[in-house]
Amino acid sequence: MSLRDLYQEIIVDHGKTPRNFGKLSGANHSQAGHNPLCGDKLTLYIAEANGIISEVCFEGKGCAISVASASLMTEVVKGKSLSEIEELFSNFHRLVTEGTVPETDLGKLIAFSGVAEFPVRVKCATLAWHTLKAALTNNPNPVTTE
Amino acid sequence: MTNKSVIDISTVRNDFPILQQTNRNKPLVYLDSASSAQKPNAVVNAVVNFYNKDYANIHRGIYELSERASSIHEQARLRVKEFIHAAHVEEIIFTRGTTESINLVAQSFGKLNFQAGDEIILSGLEHHSNIVPWYLLKQQIGIELKVIPVTDEGSLDLSVYKTLFSARTKLVAISHASNVLGTINPIKEMIEFAHYHHVPVLIDGAQAAPHMLVDVKALNCDFYAFSSHKLYGPSGVGVLYGKKQLLDDMLPYQGGGGMIETVSFSKVTFAPTPQKFEAGTPDIAGIVGLAAALNYVNAVGIENIFTHEQALLHYAESKLTEIPGLRIIGTAKPKLGVISFVIDNIHPHDIGTVLDHEGVAIRAGHHCAMPLMDRFSVPATVRVSLGIYNNENDIDQLIAAIHLAKRLLG
Repeated sequence: MSLRDLYQEIIVDHGKTPRNFGKLSGANHSQAGHNPLCGDKLTLYIAEANGIISEVCFEGKGCAISVASASLMTEVVKGKSLSEIEELFSNFHRLVTEGTVPETDLGKLIAFSGVAEFPVRVKCATLAWHTLKAALTNNPNPVTTE
Repeated sequence: MTNKSVIDISTVRNDFPILQQTNRNKPLVYLDSASSAQKPNAVVNAVVNFYNKDYANIHRGIYELSERASSIHEQARLRVKEFIHAAHVEEIIFTRGTTESINLVAQSFGKLNFQAGDEIILSGLEHHSNIVPWYLLKQQIGIELKVIPVTDEGSLDLSVYKTLFSARTKLVAISHASNVLGTINPIKEMIEFAHYHHVPVLIDGAQAAPHMLVDVKALNCDFYAFSSHKLYGPSGVGVLYGKKQLLDDMLPYQGGGGMIETVSFSKVTFAPTPQKFEAGTPDIAGIVGLAAALNYVNAVGIENIFTHEQALLHYAESKLTEIPGLRIIGTAKPKLGVISFVIDNIHPHDIGTVLDHEGVAIRAGHHCAMPLMDRFSVPATVRVSLGIYNNENDIDQLIAAIHLAKRLLG
């Protein structure tokens, strides 16, 4: 269990320089997410039409894992349907909690495979995904990991 | 152990076998005593011995074993009275911890004496345990909370404190020392000022009692609360000290056996303090462990502990301030061996994970002081806190791990 397994180059990079960072004009969903134990806070802005996500942006502050996870998520969900995103989330969740590598290609998200060895950080990795799910199921309450 | 002018650190460390283990395959460096302290053999042995040889319920059973258990329990109460230099042993109430002690005062003293519109003065650096019980009282009976602001160095602004008093002020509740900043508050002066306005003062001593001399008569505080588990004693036990005349007038907190004199369905009469506030069978073995912890601390000497930790604090601060991009939050003097810091562009939780990987146990988060995090505009801090068993090698390991975190994530 090495630190490099958790803090792979791509995670450190996206943690420091998140992509799709900022508000999104033309967003028709937004949702706040909060991990009170860590102090991670983010807000997602989503443009969705006919069940397809055209774009996701986010703002917020948090640990490298939570920011990198949000950043990579915004890249990976672009152009996907809601059901494709559900499947992605489910596979991602199993990856970070159990270390199980799914058969379907996770793309860049595979970088988070190290999280499974650091259980305290799972909530950091999944915050953005829980928040996205809440936004798309029109949950009015802000998402919290607690 | 005899009183020495400086702590014999290798002897002390040998008293704490838990320190011999590894954390993630590296030697454990335990720097989280502000959260909870480790226990010396003397405490563990006292608890085991009590269960093996002296255990029975207290409350004066008629057989020898119960007499012995009751006597040991009351001896423990006397030990606590001596430790904080209280005037009367009846002024020592055993609770589950500082949090319960403060809730007891809020419910038992507060409900009796406060009305809607009355004011309580808290401070911006309080732990949630000295905020939420008063917030609950606000929800229940409509008291108002006034807050002493915190300066950039992490001290309480005394000039503002003095202006917060009004004809409606009914209590001041502040910590002796901050669990985030380490600041030792000038409580003696603050208590004098409050008393001049006929306002009683509750002190949250959770962070101070393990690390510095506490003399409740000299302080003249009305209530003082602290926990066993931060004082090298077992978890699940705490103390509330209160001046006898206040405790005598207060309503019971919890009802049950042990705190009554007579019970019928139409009338209940209550035991005097402290039993009035100790319903049910307590954590007797925990209380025995606390007494053993106080004996241990007294044998080393609380003044020696303070001196040792101050020296280590200065060593740690000098090393930390050399690290570029690292900012210590809480630079007031005097302060205890608690150091919160942040590092530019690296989140405390990420620093914590790297430190953990290198064997170093610290705490990263809000430390149950969310208002204080907001005051310093940080989501969280890394907190290093010193205990009786820490040495310079621990600090050196910490510094090396911080450098690794900077290389990896900076």
